[in-house]
Formats: sequence, C-alpha cells, structure tokens
Amino acid sequence: MIKAVMVMNTQGKPRLTKFYEFLDFWCVVLCSRAENVSNFMEADSIFGPDSRLVYKHYATLYFVFVFDSSENELAMLDLIQVFVETLDKCFRNVCELDIVFNYSKLHTILDEIIFGGQVLETSSAEVMKARISLKLYRISYQNSFWLEE
Amino acid sequence: MGSQGGIGQSKEFLDLVKSIGEARSKAEEDRIVLGEIETLKRRLVEPGIPKRKMKEYIIRLVYIEMLGHDASFGYIHAVKMTHDDNLFLKRTGYLAVTLFLNEDHDLIILIVNTIQKDLKSDNFLIVCAALNAVCKLINEETIPAVLPQVVELLGHQKEAVRKKAIMALHRFHQKSPSSVSHLVSNFRKRLCDNDPGVMGATLCPLLDLINRDVSSFKDLVVSFVSILKQVAEHRLPKAYDYHQLPAPFIQIRLLKILALLGSGDKQSSEQMYTVVGDIFRKCDSSSNMGNAVIYQCICCVSSIHPNPKLLESAADQIARFLKSDSHNLKYLGIDALGRLIKLSPEIAEQHQLAVIDCLEDPDDTLKRKTFELLHKMTKSSNVEVIVDRMIDYMISINDNHYKTEIVSRCVELAEQFAPSNQWFIQTMNRVFEHAGDLVNIKVAHNLMRLIAEGFGEDDDTAYTHLRSSAVDSYLRIIGAPKLPSVFLQVICWVLGEYGTADGKYSASYITGKLCDVAEAYSNDETVKAYAVTALIKIYAFEIAAGRKVDILPECQSLIEELSASHSTDLQQRAYELQAVIALDAQAVENIMPSDASSKEIEIDKNLPFLNDHVERAIEKGAQPYIPESERSGFSNASYLNSQDLHDIPPSHGLRFEAYELPKQPSVPLTTPPISIGSSNELIAVPEPAYDRGNQAAVSVPSSSNSGPAEVKLRLDGVQKKWGRPTYSSSSPSPSAAPSQDTVNGLTVSNGATSVTPAISKGRETTYEPTRKSQVVEISPEKQKLAASLFGGSSKQERKSSLGGGHKTAAKPSGGHGAETSVKKMAVPAQQPPPPDLLDLGETTVATSGPLIDPFKQLEGLLDMVEPTSSTNNHGDVNATKVPDVMASFGDTATAVEHGGNHFSSIEDVDNLMSGLSSATTDVSSDGGIATPQSTAQISKGPNLKDALQKDALVRQMGVNPSSQNPNLFKDLLG
Repeated sequence: MIKAVMVMNTQGKPRLTKFYEFLDFWCVVLCSRAENVSNFMEADSIFGPDSRLVYKHYATLYFVFVFDSSENELAMLDLIQVFVETLDKCFRNVCELDIVFNYSKLHTILDEIIFGGQVLETSSAEVMKARISLKLYRISYQNSFWLEE
Repeated sequence: MGSQGGIGQSKEFLDLVKSIGEARSKAEEDRIVLGEIETLKRRLVEPGIPKRKMKEYIIRLVYIEMLGHDASFGYIHAVKMTHDDNLFLKRTGYLAVTLFLNEDHDLIILIVNTIQKDLKSDNFLIVCAALNAVCKLINEETIPAVLPQVVELLGHQKEAVRKKAIMALHRFHQKSPSSVSHLVSNFRKRLCDNDPGVMGATLCPLLDLINRDVSSFKDLVVSFVSILKQVAEHRLPKAYDYHQLPAPFIQIRLLKILALLGSGDKQSSEQMYTVVGDIFRKCDSSSNMGNAVIYQCICCVSSIHPNPKLLESAADQIARFLKSDSHNLKYLGIDALGRLIKLSPEIAEQHQLAVIDCLEDPDDTLKRKTFELLHKMTKSSNVEVIVDRMIDYMISINDNHYKTEIVSRCVELAEQFAPSNQWFIQTMNRVFEHAGDLVNIKVAHNLMRLIAEGFGEDDDTAYTHLRSSAVDSYLRIIGAPKLPSVFLQVICWVLGEYGTADGKYSASYITGKLCDVAEAYSNDETVKAYAVTALIKIYAFEIAAGRKVDILPECQSLIEELSASHSTDLQQRAYELQAVIALDAQAVENIMPSDASSKEIEIDKNLPFLNDHVERAIEKGAQPYIPESERSGFSNASYLNSQDLHDIPPSHGLRFEAYELPKQPSVPLTTPPISIGSSNELIAVPEPAYDRGNQAAVSVPSSSNSGPAEVKLRLDGVQKKWGRPTYSSSSPSPSAAPSQDTVNGLTVSNGATSVTPAISKGRETTYEPTRKSQVVEISPEKQKLAASLFGGSSKQERKSSLGGGHKTAAKPSGGHGAETSVKKMAVPAQQPPPPDLLDLGETTVATSGPLIDPFKQLEGLLDMVEPTSSTNNHGDVNATKVPDVMASFGDTATAVEHGGNHFSSIEDVDNLMSGLSSATTDVSSDGGIATPQSTAQISKGPNLKDALQKDALVRQMGVNPSSQNPNLFKDLLG
C-alpha cells in the first residue's frame, strides 16, 4: 500500500504531505541524487521497515510517494505522473505557486486518486469529473463565491 | 481557475505563505510559524468568527501542521466545522480532521455521529466527503457504528460513492478482518460492476483477501483472466487509457492477483498463460508504464506454475531492462532477475556482465538491489567473491542502517557457505574490524565457538593450526586504534584461551598485549573484564604447566587498579586473578583445565543430591512439595507483591528499581516459586492470596537467597520440598557442583555461553571457481569477476547445513551424564577451603550482621513480601546452613541451573572456591552472578533452545544480571 505522499520544493520546503499510515517521524532529506540515477530509494531508515520511495522531480518540486513492497515501483512512478497530469489539467500548467495557494484543492485531487493508501482512480479524466461535479454543485446551489473549496 | 492568490484567501494568509517561502533558514521559518500560531490562538477564541474566516483559519492550521508544528489547539474547531451544513465548510472540516487526527484520537467520538448522518445524505458529495473521513478516522471500535450505512452505499447509484464505499470496507477489513468477514460476497459482486472504476477499486480488497486465503478464490480465476483479457484488448472506456495503454493500473493489479492465484497451482496457471503471453507481446515497451506492466508480468510468470515459453519471453524482457540506459529499468531488471533466478538459474549467466555493471554503478539504489540479487544467488562456489564485495561496499558507506543489514547478510552467507574455517575467521575479522558495533553479539560468540571447536571431526593439527592462525591474526590487529568492543572481546578471549597454547608466544608477551588492551579501552568494562579473564587463563595455564609466573608490572598495576574498581564485576575478576595466582598447580589444573572451553557440562535438573534432605524434612512432618502445575496462582501474587515494593518500610534504606520483573503480567508455570512456611504455620498457597503484611504467609517469588537482613532466619521445623512432579529420588550425592574437571570454568564463562551452535561447517562444500571467459572484449578484470560470480552456477551446489547440527548431535544433551560428573566433582568439592581465603571472604561477605550489604538489602526489598521466608545471609550460608539454603532454593533449581545464580554460587562457595568467591558471594546475591564454575554449568546448556528457555526463565525470575548492571557478566551469561 501507499504510505505517504509528499510534495516539496527543491529547497526542502514541504508543499503537501499526506500520510495513509502512521509513520513515526518524517524528516525527509531527499539527498542530492544525481540526475541520471533511478527514481527509487529504499527508505527503511526513514520510514520504517519495508518502505521504499519513488520521487520525481518537476521544475522546482519533488513529488515523493512512500509505499511498501506490494506496489510496483515503476507504476508508482507513473502514478506521480497521473497526479501531476491531473493537477496540470486542473490548474492549466501547474506550477509551485498553484500548489502553495490551492492547498486544499490539492488534497481533494489526491483524495480522488489515492484512497486509504490504495490507488483508487488512475484516470485523470475521472478525477476531474469529481471536481467538476463540485463546481456544478456550487453553481447550482448558488453558494457564495468564496466558499469554493 | 484563478490559481495564484487563491480566491477568498485573505492577505494575511498570502503573506504568511509568502514569508515562509522566502524564509532563508529553518529558524526563520520556525519564528514565522510560531508567530502565526500565536495569532491563530488569539483569533480562534474570538467570538462570532464569520464562517468564511473560520475556514481560512482551519486551512492555516493545516498548513502549520504540515510545516511540522503542533496545531492541536485548533483541532476542536476543525471538528466543529464538520458539523456545518454547508458542503464546502464540511469538506474543509473533514479534510482538516483527516489530516489532524489519527483513529485513536479522543475527538473522534465527536465526529462519528456527524459521519453517520452524512453517510445518509442525499447529496453524494457529502457522502463522499464522509467516506473519506470514515477511511481515515474509524477504528476497530467504531466500525459497527458506520458499517451498515457503508454497506448500503455499495449499491449507490453514483459510481464515485460505490468506489469509495468499497475502499472504506477494504479499510475496515485491514483494521479488523472479523468485522467485515461476512461481507466478502459484496466484494465479489462489485467485481461485476458496470463501472470500470468500481471494478478496479474492488481489486484492492480482493488482492488483500486472496493474499490471506488463496484457496477460497480459485473460482474467480476465470473471471480475472477474462477481465484482464478485455482490458488488454482495449475494451474499457478511453478515459482509462494512460499514454495509449489500456488501464495499466488495473492490469497491474490483476496480474498481482493472478500471480497469487496461480502460485503452485498448475491448473489455474494454465488458464493464465495465454493472456499473460498476449500482454508480453502487445505491451508497449517504450513507455514507462508499459514497462511497469511488463515487469508485473515477469513477477506473475515467476510466481505461477512455470511455463517455458513465458519464462523465455520474461528472460528476453529482463535482458532488455538490463541493457537499457534507464536506471529505473535496470533496477527492475535486477529485481526481476532475482525472481526468475529461482526458476531458471542459468538465466543469471547470460546477464552476468550486466549485473556486474550494476554493481559498479554509482547509483546506490541500484547497487543495493544488485547486492540483494547476489545474496540470492550465493552458493559455495562464489561466496568468497560476493562476501568480499559486500564487505568492500559495507566499508564504503556511512549509513548505519544499511550497514547493519549488509553485515548481517555477510555473516549469514559466511556462516552458510564458508569454504573453509580459515576464510570464515578472516572474513569475520574484517566484518568486526569495520562494523563491530553493528554486529549481533551472537556472531561474536559463534566465532569464538568456531575457534574453540574448530573443525569438528578434523585432526588435531588442523585444530591447532586454525587457532594459532587466529592468534596470529589477532596479535596483528590488536594494535590498531579504536577497535569495536565486540571484536576486542573476541580477541581477548582467543588470546586468553589459545595465546600460549602452541608455545609460539610467551605468556608475558600475551599478557602484555592484554594489559595494553585493558589500558587502551579503559572505558569499556566488558573489554576489561574479558582482558582480565584472559589474564587469569594465561596465568592458570602457566601455573598448571609448572612454569613460574612472572607478573608484569603493568599487569600488577592493572590488578591493583581493578581490585578497587567501581564495577563489582571487574573487582571480582581481579580478586579471582590474585587468588588463582596464589594456588598451587594441582588446584589450578582443577579450576582451569587447559582447552576445555568446548567441553559440555552436564546438569542434573532433578538435584538428586538433595533427596536426603527432602526425605528428612518430610519425616519431620514437612508437607510434600506442591507440584509446579498447581502453583499457577502464585506468580500473580508475587508480582502484585513486588509492585508494592515502594511501600517498603524505610528501615531498609536502599531502594533500587532495577528489577524489571513486576512489569510482566504473567509468568509461565515453569517458574518455580519457592514456598517456605515459617514456623510451621503456613506453607505456600497456590492462590494469589498473599498479604504483604502477613508475615506468616510466606512465598519467595524469586530465587533470592537472603531475606531482609534484620529478619532472623527461623528454619526450625520449616517444611520444604522441591523438585518437579516427576522428581525421582536417586543416588543422592553430598554436594551439587557438577563436574569441574571437565570444565575450564572461566574460559567458558567468556566464551561460547549460550551461543547458538550455528556455525556452519563449510568443508563439504566444493569450491571450484570454474572460470569461463565467455565474452570477449571485456576487461579481463570484469570477466574474472563474472566468472567467479557466475561460473559455478551450473555446478551442483551443496549447501552446507547451517547451524552446525553435528555439534549438537555429537554431544548428547545434558541431564544424563550428570551422575558421572557429579562424582567427578566430588574431589575438589570436598577440599575444605583454605582458611585464609575464607578470611578474605569475610571482608566482603561478612555482612551477616544486618544492613550492611547493599545487595542483601536489595534482596530484602524483593523478599520483603515474606520476610521470614528466606534463608538468611551469606555468613550463615557459608558457615553451616548449606543444606537449608539448598532446600530453600530447591525449587528454583530449574531456574538456578539455567540462569546461574547464587544457588550454584553457593555451592561453589562451600565446595571449592570460597576464597575466590569472596566477591562472588557478594555479587551473586544480586542475582545471576555466579562463580566461574557455576557459570560454566550454565553456559554449557545442551542446545540453543534450552539456552533460550533458560534465559527467558532467568529473566522472569528477575535474576538476570542485566537488571542491575547490564555489563556484569554479560559475557558469562551470553
């Protein structure tokens, strides 16, 4: 299962953290790994036994998924891709600032993709549907503008 | 969508985010956040906050938590927000609580009700939000509160709700399988859901369920295969395509399930071959995701009943992965190779060079994965190269966590496949030298045992050669700065045991080295203790051989220093050393027979020598002993009592909390309590009916041998019996000490105490580094490496059995040989201790008067419960009351002989070593510390299992030395 999702920028500032399993402590020092090495790391020493992490570097952001041995590493790497693609669809050319300022929106999207540590939805179109239905709801119920989640 | 500056967010929040973003240091960031916390604390208590503001505050709280600060002061506001009717406020509330709270938080109870209500809502968005929260917040106890609603939602018209309801049920199943075990059929039903999303989600719980119980899902193989087929044929809606691949995540999950279902099941596997083969062929290998699916196929193929054709395509794909430039693919290739290698070992040979490339790759992750692979393919023919590589790598890294792991792997491989003992010792030396602190102490014991026991059935010359080469190597290493403690212990032990054995080195040379060690590592008491004991041995061997002993001046000063040491252990050893030196050759020969460390010591658990006493006691009207099995209630009482230790009257002065035993809730029946009635009134009662204050009801929970000092021993007419139910009275012998002539007591004490007999004998393994140079144009060095790694792979491999079974087998386990050994010991035992030594004993032991010996007081604390019970102090023990002491301890005998505590030490005191034991007696009352002889009996338990049991028992008896001083005789007790 997936244990945690983290997004942080290159300076190590967290931009989003979500844990699906209680982890003792998290101090993420994503070591300065060279460019052309694999995106996988064993993370036992940080996250307890049977943990690995996959990270992907987008511009100024690192996306990190922590999971156990039951998951397929390469698939996780692409799940990051799914997540980012969805964000991209949502924000049109997502950048770090979008993520900083739309913190709760990010969580909503993530909740659609990963649910209780399991991959729930991998089609970004479906994820967007969930968001759209929220939007429709807001319009149809004439909720005040500021209440956008 | 406006993104920057998010709609509805106040300037304050934007400023906060901005200032944190611009913070140059962690300290600055912390300052900003702390300021924010203060602000929020103030704001949140203001009355009449508009909801819009409140929502922002909650988001800010979440933000603070994310930055690693505590926002618990605002949790309650997030909980309140979940009660709001407005969807967006509710969602924010749920988001915040799922991030803030864990499932055991106190506030959950305030949310359960809201969740229940929301699950019934007409608005599916609210239901979804509530399901999100259910997943994170509901724990085992609250599952029943929401379970009916969640089950109902499985039939909801919106697929998004069904999906989440499935996942929520899955979560319940993870938390408490029993709570949803009756709902498994729902998962099966949802597998046929019209919506691919729901079907995909259902695969998660099914994967879990199948993982736990494969057999009950065999009927679904057909369904899974047909789903996989449809997916692979692009039958799902376009929306599920990912980079032109049809629903790869669903494919991966299905392949995982098939791997489980087909494992070891030929019939099921056959149904899968076609579809897996199709995917192999069709899958787009140019994209990341395609490779992920292929990798999963390989995993599946390696797990199900093997099919040559599929294995072939799997091997092809692995080859492609390994040749790829992408490190990710190489990583997967190595991993897949590790899986496939079990089925077709020859595949490794094709890829040997690729594997070696990975081994030399700068990418750490890849390197580690490769070591994992090598670990899997190690055999006797390539163990040397692999372990060598591993150690080199281990030396090069700094990460202690991984270092420990790789060390344990090295040790495991070395023990399992070692081609020769020589090599094993050298390898272990390297491991110890570079990572000694990370090695399990057992490994050190194994090494000592190997050196001591050597080649098993091999001839003596090989023995000696092994030992002297070990001594040589240690003498070379010993000068190196900063050796790890464990390694030094091994070195000291070996030098003490065999340093002078072959006559190559003089005693003074070795002792000089040992003194240097003790001096250089003066902070490490364990090492010093080992060094001193090694000195004792060297001198003892010298004396026994009739040579004159010259004590080096530095050794003399060391002894003097240690006799005044704060550590009672070191003190005792120093006194022992002095005492040994003063003895004559014959006595020394008895105490310290040369090269006896690997002799077995037999223990007769039945303590037949006490039979006489028992019978006499019964004749006098004592009650027969209550069998262990009927004494179950006792332990509880004793623990209750020991928990009351704090209430002990102040007259006892000392209070130590080192005893660990009260924490353990229960004690196995095997813990034999001692029960002694005082003045004939009451005998141990098998119920927990003891009243602490009641001095009549007497029960001594632990094997302490001295009561509170001021309580006079009243043993007249005390009734005692002991022994196990099966106890048979046979050939009583005057005293109990088991064979001493067979044992080099001190030697053993250092050495292989309770060591697993787990040293493998690698001799049978054939080491044939058949070198094949297959590929031309590759650097010869690599080829050589490849050859040594893979060359022997097609050779038949003979695993030498781990665990040195022959050792245990060779020596019949204890118990039976006891009679002989008991007889043998009689000789030294009957020698009256020299008076001067006795005097020596008085100095420390003369605490028969009340309240002097802190250890006794300690005991007193323990025994406070039944003050009259116990045997008295050591003065008496030494003087006259031996049988009584024995009697009172009779029942702890099992524990005693296992754990080595005063019982044995008392024997020793009486029998032989009274002088030597002056310190011992003192120490031993602390529990678990025994004279060398007694320890020797202990250490030579018949096998590992027994040793472990003993150890556990000793712990429960509370006499483990670690409770008082962790270093004390750690080596003795193993």
